Amino acid sequence: MIHAAFLIPLLPLLGFALLVVAGKRLGDPLAGWVATLAVAGAFVASVIVALGLHQHHQHAQTQLIFEWLPVGGFHVNASILVDPLSMTMALFVTGVGALIHLYAIGYMHGDSRYPRFFVYLNLFIFSMLSLVLADNFVMMFLGWEGVGACSYLLVSFWFERPAAASAGKKAFVTNRVGDFGLMTAMFLIFAHVGSLTYGPVFAAAGGLGRGTATAICLLLLLGACGKSAQLPLYVWLPDAMEGPTPVSALIHAATMVTAGVYLMARVAPLLAQAPDAATTIAWVGAATALFAATVACAQNDIKRVLAYSTISQLGYMFLAVGSGAYVAGLFHMVTHAFFKALLFLGAGSVIHGMHDEQDMKRMGALRKWMPITSATFIVGWLAIAGVPPFAGFWSKDDILAAAYHKGFALWLIGFVTAGLTAYYMTRQVALVFFGRARWGTGEEAAHVAANQEGHGATPHESPWTMWVPLVALALLATFGWLINAPWHPANFLERWLDPVVGAFSVAHGPSTAIKVSLAAITTVLGLGAIGLGFVVWDRSAEHSELEPEILRQAWYIDPAYAAVIERPGEMLANFSADVIDHGLIDGSVNGVASLVRDSGRELRRLQTGYVRNYALGIAAGTAAMLAYVVVRTW
Amino acid sequence: MSPVLAATKPDLLVFIAASAAVLSGAIGVVVARHPVHSALMLIQTLFGVAVLFVAQGADFLAAVQIIVYAGAIVVLFLFVIMLIGVDKEENVAAEPLRLQRPLALALGALSLLEIVLLSRTEWVTGASSLGGAANGAGDNVVKLGRSVFTQYLYAFEITSILLIIAVVGAVFLARRPPRSRSSEQLEEQR
Amino acid sequence: MSISPGPYLVVAAALFTIGAVGLLVRRNVLVMFMCVELMLNAANLSFVTFARKLNDIGGQSAVFFVMVVAAAEVVIGLGIIVAIFRRQSGATADDLHMLKG
Repeated sequence: MIHAAFLIPLLPLLGFALLVVAGKRLGDPLAGWVATLAVAGAFVASVIVALGLHQHHQHAQTQLIFEWLPVGGFHVNASILVDPLSMTMALFVTGVGALIHLYAIGYMHGDSRYPRFFVYLNLFIFSMLSLVLADNFVMMFLGWEGVGACSYLLVSFWFERPAAASAGKKAFVTNRVGDFGLMTAMFLIFAHVGSLTYGPVFAAAGGLGRGTATAICLLLLLGACGKSAQLPLYVWLPDAMEGPTPVSALIHAATMVTAGVYLMARVAPLLAQAPDAATTIAWVGAATALFAATVACAQNDIKRVLAYSTISQLGYMFLAVGSGAYVAGLFHMVTHAFFKALLFLGAGSVIHGMHDEQDMKRMGALRKWMPITSATFIVGWLAIAGVPPFAGFWSKDDILAAAYHKGFALWLIGFVTAGLTAYYMTRQVALVFFGRARWGTGEEAAHVAANQEGHGATPHESPWTMWVPLVALALLATFGWLINAPWHPANFLERWLDPVVGAFSVAHGPSTAIKVSLAAITTVLGLGAIGLGFVVWDRSAEHSELEPEILRQAWYIDPAYAAVIERPGEMLANFSADVIDHGLIDGSVNGVASLVRDSGRELRRLQTGYVRNYALGIAAGTAAMLAYVVVRTW
Repeated sequence: MSPVLAATKPDLLVFIAASAAVLSGAIGVVVARHPVHSALMLIQTLFGVAVLFVAQGADFLAAVQIIVYAGAIVVLFLFVIMLIGVDKEENVAAEPLRLQRPLALALGALSLLEIVLLSRTEWVTGASSLGGAANGAGDNVVKLGRSVFTQYLYAFEITSILLIIAVVGAVFLARRPPRSRSSEQLEEQR
Repeated sequence: MSISPGPYLVVAAALFTIGAVGLLVRRNVLVMFMCVELMLNAANLSFVTFARKLNDIGGQSAVFFVMVVAAAEVVIGLGIIVAIFRRQSGATADDLHMLKG
């Protein structure tokens, strides 16, 4: 059964190829169904392979597709690594991906470039699967770049909008900075180990010096920060909300941004050799989580809140990995995929129903008009806020317990962030689904009426292709925690991942008593924040004192980057264009021409046309020659 | 300049007189306003040079100088002056081109000085009498003829061809352009 | 004893420079031509002087040929002048400046 592994990346690739060739002819909605079936097929293949792996007691295997670079002693193969970690990733990438493809069929209906969207989506799934299924760093890097490229293509899908085009560029360029770190880490690994395949590298991990291992891990962290939008390379993610909502859900919530966490988990053997790097990862994650949570409290765009929320939750995952709790981090990754995708798809449904309105201050009381969307969104809200027994509660508390074990300050940051998370999500739910309807009267009605496009003036529920995935994800968000309940033998995920990360995970966490009390006070904080948020925001949408400008502007980091990085770059470019190109290069080329022209003009004055002047020249020459002879023979 | 004084008196007298004629004639050619006056001064110079030729033993050349140069070439000049009418008096005082005169005089003086300096040095080497002795016994004509018709025969033949070419060229250059004939031809063809 | 070659050469040099200066200064074409003849004569005088000094008849042969060529040159030169003056009578050397760059 494991031999079906090659189908996992193959099916989306075939879907991509078919849609490239015949997408336009298939059209709306057939192209979307082809894409969805390709990914669903990949999901079925993943299930089969995972079951096969389980039969082999989670013993890792490799399926060789072809030899790519056999160069002397250095081999890079296109192989699929079937081990618990890669199969976990493959399962939820294809599963959640298939649901989002189904959703996109309805969401993108009517778009002029409908088939192209699914071309890009399938290509993305293929790249992501290459990333997680690779057995060496090079193939992983190919997938890494592939998802970056697809992210660029998809974020700037509506490229006629300048904001979308520049957001795509920003995503790509910021990721490039991270990729530099990843590439340098690969160079270092190769220099010290001589191979880039996971097996030999991790086997030789023990022989690496501490400084080398720390350098490699910090560089890998840089790469992960770029892809997973941590400080300081997070700036592309909020802007990437310019892309269509399925893109935000798939790429920027469930899959691409988790590539960084996956990378950190994959190199657990290396991290075990570099405890300083692990601590750095934990602090980066904690700081990012807190930072993003504060900013999310003051955003008005429904998708931007979720974007900052994603950054914050990814920070939690990094905190877990840095604290040595790999299973907790991966568990949170899976549950986060469920509820964040749910929240994004729900937001998309709201936007669709509100005729492309995205400002939460212009929404309100939508639960009456969009029942399914609001019910599923509320499930997602409860999950992310950490309310038991929804999925987020279990995974978040695992992380906080590990953080407590690592350091009290880390735990405290995580704890405060949990409270902020509950607060801002409650604010969002209250503004959108509860309270007064702020879209029916006066200016709001005119705005809505202007966006009608054939819909009615009131919001409406979405078609079945859109709410079926919502319901599916809501069920996963509710019951998905069962894959890793904290008591034995229900901790399936922990036992499943044990061969990969067990040796490197923290052996003894805090005691059960401490864990329970931590969970209790976190829950109390969460419920309190929910209550506060509801009370404040259900009544009125105007509370500018709770939305200070500094938070709304995300602590002015973007303008700071512009001043520090863009301005010098611009100045250098202007200098190059004006001084070097125009002055120096053009000047010297034109100068040569001027020199020739001017010297010619001056020399022309010798040619007076008068014979007598020429004769004078001859006489002068004669006198000079005679002078030479006189001097020589004197 | 002691060799000059050591010479015999008649030779010295002849030399001085002939040189005076040469140089004054030359200056006359340059400064005379009327071209005919210049031609006459040229004849004077040529006569002086002929005398100097005789003083150095080149009798035949002196004769040829008178006959060809003074007798034919200057006459040719005078013919052209008369026929074409290039006989206006030139305004010698004015000089339209700037710096021409001062530079010309400066360069002339400089060249003269240099040549005089060079002539002091005894730097003529090589075997004498390669082409036959010029001084000594024998007629000058015989010696010259022997040299021209034996050693420089090719040059002689080529110069004779040159003269024929010059005649042909002069006839062609000086004829009237056949303008009326071509226009007649064109009218006949219509 | 006759006069040594030195003074003859000085006379020839003076004749040459007078001819050269005249060529540069005069504008009438025929007078310029006459100045050229002066220069040729100066060269002839030098040739004869050296023929006597080196006791070589070749110098006098050279004078012979110089005179022939000078004659041919005068013929052609005057033919050209005639051709020019047909177009424009009263022309001087300065009027022929069509090759001005």
